[in-house]
Amino acid sequence: MGQVLTMEGMEIVYEKPGTLTQTPFHFCPGCGHGVVHRLLMEVVEEMGIIDQTVGVAPVGCSVFAYNYMDIDMQEAAHGRASAVATGIKRVLPDKYVFSYQGDGDLAAIGTGETIHTVNRGENILMVFINNAIYGMTGGQMAPTTLLGQVTSTTPFGRESSHVGFPLKITDLVAQLPGAYYVTRQTVHTAAAVRRTKKAIEASFKYQMLKKGTCFIEVVSNCPSGWKMTPVEANVWMEKNMLPIYPVGDLKVPKQ
Amino acid sequence: MIHGSVIVAKEVCKGCELCIQACPQESLGLSNQINHNGYRFAVLIKDNCTGCINCALVCPDAAITVYRQPKPVKQPTKVLESA
Repeated sequence: MGQVLTMEGMEIVYEKPGTLTQTPFHFCPGCGHGVVHRLLMEVVEEMGIIDQTVGVAPVGCSVFAYNYMDIDMQEAAHGRASAVATGIKRVLPDKYVFSYQGDGDLAAIGTGETIHTVNRGENILMVFINNAIYGMTGGQMAPTTLLGQVTSTTPFGRESSHVGFPLKITDLVAQLPGAYYVTRQTVHTAAAVRRTKKAIEASFKYQMLKKGTCFIEVVSNCPSGWKMTPVEANVWMEKNMLPIYPVGDLKVPKQ
Repeated sequence: MIHGSVIVAKEVCKGCELCIQACPQESLGLSNQINHNGYRFAVLIKDNCTGCINCALVCPDAAITVYRQPKPVKQPTKVLESA
């Protein structure tokens, strides 16, 4: 089936940002990572800061972020993206620096780095993708896994008696005085995507005020890890994850 | 009504169907063919697209380009001379 309409007389209202490379994403169908990659790069393009932005890629599903984002990128050791971003920001204080991490990276092995980076109030943006599972390694339990959620290492559902409770790391960092802007967003609907983009845009602008760390949690899906179709995964996320991880601003700058 | 259209990069699309869910006009569907990677890709199945860009916003693979008719230029209304 070909194109239904002619494109004559029409103008482009939305296209892939030029700051994304031509490499197709390796993510599974329906994964929220691709949306957040695109939003970050859209903001970088629209603000005209392509040559002033440095990103730090994590270990996890988004490990190849440097292949997709056509800006200066640095790969970090597992969990250490915020520490590497700290170093980059201190050497190059005029650059926009962001770290991009998943829940296995930021909330498990990198918990210490995360909390201390925010506690020091480093002027960076930390983007945290929370999908309540270790996607890359085959769907094992993560610290953010919900109680009762079935994963490959909790086949009868997560029980708090063995493995504790879901770690709300965004709520933790919101209490630290070094945090300037802390918010939790999603990317499962068009309206949510617009809100997330606004949050990313605001965070890049706040960076140059040098008043503290900006932290954006994006509650996302993992259709492969959850063993669902992408559409089912988004419904499951809205029903089960959003009550535990409610969307909204946790800390907003005082005017 | 403003008329729009989308072009889906069929070799990039993975057939996740999120755009089909997001479309308020229900004008997207899956193709009967498969692409190089073996996925059925999204295509326009109806002629009623308004170019609202919802599909492109939720697309995880940035596969959708949206086109829309330019907004009609408003004609200046006749100013009536006061009597």
